[in-house]
Amino acid sequence: MENRTFYNEILTDHNMRPGNKRRIDGANLSMEGINPSCGDHIVLELKEKDGIIVDGGFQGDGCAVSQASADIMLDLIIGRTKKEALALSDIFMRMIKGEASEEEIDRLEEASALRDISHMPARVKCAVLGWHTFEELAGEDL
Amino acid sequence: MTDYKKDFPLLKNSSIAYLDNAATTQRPALVLEAERKFYEENNANPLRGIYDLAVAATEEYENARECVRKFINAKDAAEIIFTRNTTESINLAAYSYGLEFLGPEDEILVTVEEHHSNLLPWQMVSKRTGAKLKFIECDEKGEISVQAVLAAVTEHTKLAAMTWISNVIGRRNPVAELVSAVHKNGGVVLVDAAQSALHMQIDVEKTDIDFLAFSGHKLLAPMGIGVLYGKKKLLSDMPPFLTGGEMIASVSRESAVYASLPHKFEAGTVNAGGAAGLRAAIEYVKNIGFEKIGKQECELTKLAFSEMTKNPYIHIIGGENPDEHCGIISFTIDGVHPHDIASILNEDNVAIRAGHHCAQPLLAYLGVMSAARASIAFYNTEEDVYRFTQSLNKIRRLMGYGE
Repeated sequence: MENRTFYNEILTDHNMRPGNKRRIDGANLSMEGINPSCGDHIVLELKEKDGIIVDGGFQGDGCAVSQASADIMLDLIIGRTKKEALALSDIFMRMIKGEASEEEIDRLEEASALRDISHMPARVKCAVLGWHTFEELAGEDL
Repeated sequence: MTDYKKDFPLLKNSSIAYLDNAATTQRPALVLEAERKFYEENNANPLRGIYDLAVAATEEYENARECVRKFINAKDAAEIIFTRNTTESINLAAYSYGLEFLGPEDEILVTVEEHHSNLLPWQMVSKRTGAKLKFIECDEKGEISVQAVLAAVTEHTKLAAMTWISNVIGRRNPVAELVSAVHKNGGVVLVDAAQSALHMQIDVEKTDIDFLAFSGHKLLAPMGIGVLYGKKKLLSDMPPFLTGGEMIASVSRESAVYASLPHKFEAGTVNAGGAAGLRAAIEYVKNIGFEKIGKQECELTKLAFSEMTKNPYIHIIGGENPDEHCGIISFTIDGVHPHDIASILNEDNVAIRAGHHCAQPLLAYLGVMSAARASIAFYNTEEDVYRFTQSLNKIRRLMGYGE
């Protein structure tokens, strides 16, 4: 813990090698998310079948926090039902506000690497961009 | 180098390397004391009371106006209008001059380098009056040449608006040439001096500028006090911007006779404490002198340049010569988003700005989505600059690039 930077290996790795930064053939859900104040920008695409997110990807530009967070989110939600994914997103949002329990944060797997954002109000919008876009997209027709 | 940090309580009491001076400067103790003194010793509502204390408050406020007049060498204190900030000053000119005197036959000329606050008011005037909005372009280094200015001015140019020093690339623009070209055709020029007020001697009489706008808070003064200078003839013919208290001569149920200049444009209770602070700030600046301020700023900018150019992944936006930057250094680092740069510097308590700097048309023109910006003031130190560049040099490694 001597290095206080929140740019930990999980975050920088997802930023440099985003496995989910790709177009999704046959995506049936798509939405754009923008942070107007800083220009972070993503387009989230999901393929959903019988209530399950069978595949997903994103395109976009922005800071490491926004891009890595979107990539980590997709790792977490692909293969889950929309309902499960939305519940995890809710935990993530509460973690960022410093309101989630340790047990809940454990369920977020790699996304828990972003927990320190809760101490950085200036970066919260970057961290939640992908998750917020997902909630808008999936929450619509639940 | 002279140590000025000791004059600034925030800098004296903190270990921050504050390099966001183009956003707002820090304030010396004597500015804070001047504002406090106004409220402790002279506080009453200026310009209306009969009693001695109200007269003292009015004197404080009007003395500040006189101080600003001398600072920019205006002829008459009635030409100095106090506002909240540069944005309000420009809006005053846009609403009261632009909407009143421009029409569909006219052209409004702005540069591609303008801060949004010197662009959006003119977009508004253009939409409402039908006047055509035209742009003076810069080259890829951000330079606006005299030729580009002369080529853009036409007989229809009724109003031109130009920033004296760009808030992104720090370059000084050819204001005098613009003024003389526009005047030949009977138009007027507004100069945005927000970035220049702390960096150069302004002489509105010599340069024959028609309107000049600046903020106190970028000039060591408190937030919430700004200035619009306007030539008396122009201001006299303009209708008020805001109406209400203390800007009238007389009021009946249906109509009003407005007060004379400058009070016609200062509706409502004024920011006299802020004005007292601005006066103290100007006196502090004059006491040091622009020559010394410029020299110290330039030496620090040179140092930052020489350190930054050692790193091949860092790219400075704008001119290659540090003298052309007025302390403003916008830059990018390969593979690292500016917000991540600013966050990592923050962990070392180095404060810089990241983003579009309220100048999206310029960044789009230069082909950069967003940039990081360090902006140096005369009270910064070599240590501030070294902390900044040392922190910069570790960013790529921290972001996983291995160097």
